[in-house]
Amino acid sequence: MPQTLFDKIWAAHHVADTAAGAALIAIDRVFLHERTGAAALRSLAERGRRVHDPARVFAVMDHIVDTRPGRGDSTLMPGGEAFITETRAATRAAGITLFDVNDRDQGIVHVISPELGIVLPGVTLVAPDSHTCTQGAFGALAWGIGSSEAEHAMATGTLRLKRPQTMRVTFTGRLAPGVTAKDMALALIAAHDAGGGAGHAVEFAGSAVRELDMEARMTLCNMATEFSAMTALIAPDVQTFAWLAGRRYAPAAFDDPYWATLRSDEGAVFDRELAIDAATIAPMVSWGTSPEQSVAIDAAVPQGPARAHDYIGLAPGQRIAGTPIDAAFIGSCTNGRLSDLRRAAALLKGRRIAPSVRKALVVPGSAAVRRAAEAEGLDRIFTDAGFEWRLSGCSLCFYAGGEGFAPGSRTVSTTNRNFEGRQGPGIRTHIASPETVAASAIAGAIADPRALAAEAAA
Amino acid sequence: MTPVTTITSPGVPLIRDNIDTDTIIPSREMRSTGRTGLAAGLFAPWRYTDADRRIGDATFVLNHRDAIGTRLLLGGRNFGCGSSREHAVWALREYGIECIIAASFAPIFEGNCIRNGLLPVTLPLDVVRSLAWAMVTIDLPAQEVRASGRTHRFAIDAEAKAMLAGGLDAIDLTLTQADAIAAWTAADRAARPWVYPEPASS
Repeated sequence: MPQTLFDKIWAAHHVADTAAGAALIAIDRVFLHERTGAAALRSLAERGRRVHDPARVFAVMDHIVDTRPGRGDSTLMPGGEAFITETRAATRAAGITLFDVNDRDQGIVHVISPELGIVLPGVTLVAPDSHTCTQGAFGALAWGIGSSEAEHAMATGTLRLKRPQTMRVTFTGRLAPGVTAKDMALALIAAHDAGGGAGHAVEFAGSAVRELDMEARMTLCNMATEFSAMTALIAPDVQTFAWLAGRRYAPAAFDDPYWATLRSDEGAVFDRELAIDAATIAPMVSWGTSPEQSVAIDAAVPQGPARAHDYIGLAPGQRIAGTPIDAAFIGSCTNGRLSDLRRAAALLKGRRIAPSVRKALVVPGSAAVRRAAEAEGLDRIFTDAGFEWRLSGCSLCFYAGGEGFAPGSRTVSTTNRNFEGRQGPGIRTHIASPETVAASAIAGAIADPRALAAEAAA
Repeated sequence: MTPVTTITSPGVPLIRDNIDTDTIIPSREMRSTGRTGLAAGLFAPWRYTDADRRIGDATFVLNHRDAIGTRLLLGGRNFGCGSSREHAVWALREYGIECIIAASFAPIFEGNCIRNGLLPVTLPLDVVRSLAWAMVTIDLPAQEVRASGRTHRFAIDAEAKAMLAGGLDAIDLTLTQADAIAAWTAADRAARPWVYPEPASS
């Protein structure tokens, strides 16, 4: 019987059934960060349990590390240093590979895991971080879990799982210029709700997905958790294997016939199928307090829950473009990679952000991204435009009580969540692509990047 | 873990869609690597007019006098979406919540509930609404929610039910299958050697 890619990976990792009919699924990789991983390691140690195979567990400091140059363990989050020092001690005690605060391989977990070839096609990878689905872009089954499940995975090498249903989301056709993977993700969630993927492992397919480069595929898969899917994955292809080959933990070559089997068979049946014509997608921006509350940048704010309108301060019928902003943020596991920075820099080159934009940050997704961007001179473009150029980390994707935006700020951000208070109490967040953030920072208001791109090309 | 059997409590309605774990426990309220000391930060953005000084917002439902000591929270669609932070469930449990009845749950949050003895029950939104402020009995063995003379059956995955009803420790249970895991791993090591890096030198 034809199988989906998910079916194949699931079957290949099925160790046994549990007494109540769940599956015991082998876990190939566990990745921890200091924010939730320290809790898992501490609890594991307190209960006297050992890590099953420390060589397949990795940890990184990304969530609350300071991103200002010259950083050490101290962080602006009150009490934050303890998360860093405890994670360091616990990983050392457990024999787990740690990418420390100032390590040259440090970065956001979902940026560095691919960079180092830790995620591979066909593997199962879990992390106590909801955006682990990002790594499904490589054809891995990668998903976010809680700390208790991380403990379970480390202690047993498995997880007890109920088999999810499968969904295929096919993006047909071709994206218009200036429209990105971020816009695809927001268009999907806006059309099918933030809970629309619940209970499903989603495979992204279709011509518009094939045409995405690896970094854009990561952006698309990253937002699967905002769709409440268990995870998303994209079948590996020539591009995937070329991208990974030779990285530190990856094979030098992917010539084993096994690799070619990692795709959904012709005629494989999914429990649910959705199709979206990529050509109809415009640059998207969120208007409310859930990613499902997103609209095309040239559209008006629709009628939504009163609470969302009140929080964000935009009335139904109002045009979203032209809304004044106070801050801009480029970075995160969604859009903090080199290609994201390149595309933002292309629009910012030779321009200045509006004086009304009081805080503008670029936070590279990893130390490697930062080095590569500097080698191309992107840092100068950003700083000349008025952005701060930071060290890598999760930074202001969320507010941890340390650094924040000015009270009452309206931000436009390349991050993944526009929840109430996500970037700080009362902060109003609009999520969008790097292009849209760059164009908006220049305009001092939410702006369509396509006009600026046309100008830049002229 | 304490086994979950029957819970009786007033249903405190917080029936909004997409209640996220950042709101249930903001990052700034997660002040240690432990699992405790979180109840005071539960729903901090909504529960307090001034979270730093812990000045309560009288309009928030958990501050209602009939909500004091509740064990049951009612939610809307996609409850617990967003961050995987298990602190959201730890905070709810520490506060005293033992069951959430919602129209649907986000998957990581639901899994975290099950690992911490917090019963997630999914019922249609109109049924959830009908439970607001009623005295509700949730009967896990019978898979029933009873209130105001009406009985609503709910579905729950057999594994989740067994874990909650038995108060079982998942790791202990899985380690009873350690032989099967070892055999699988040995075979896999031969089949997919690239999955098994050499241990880091220390």
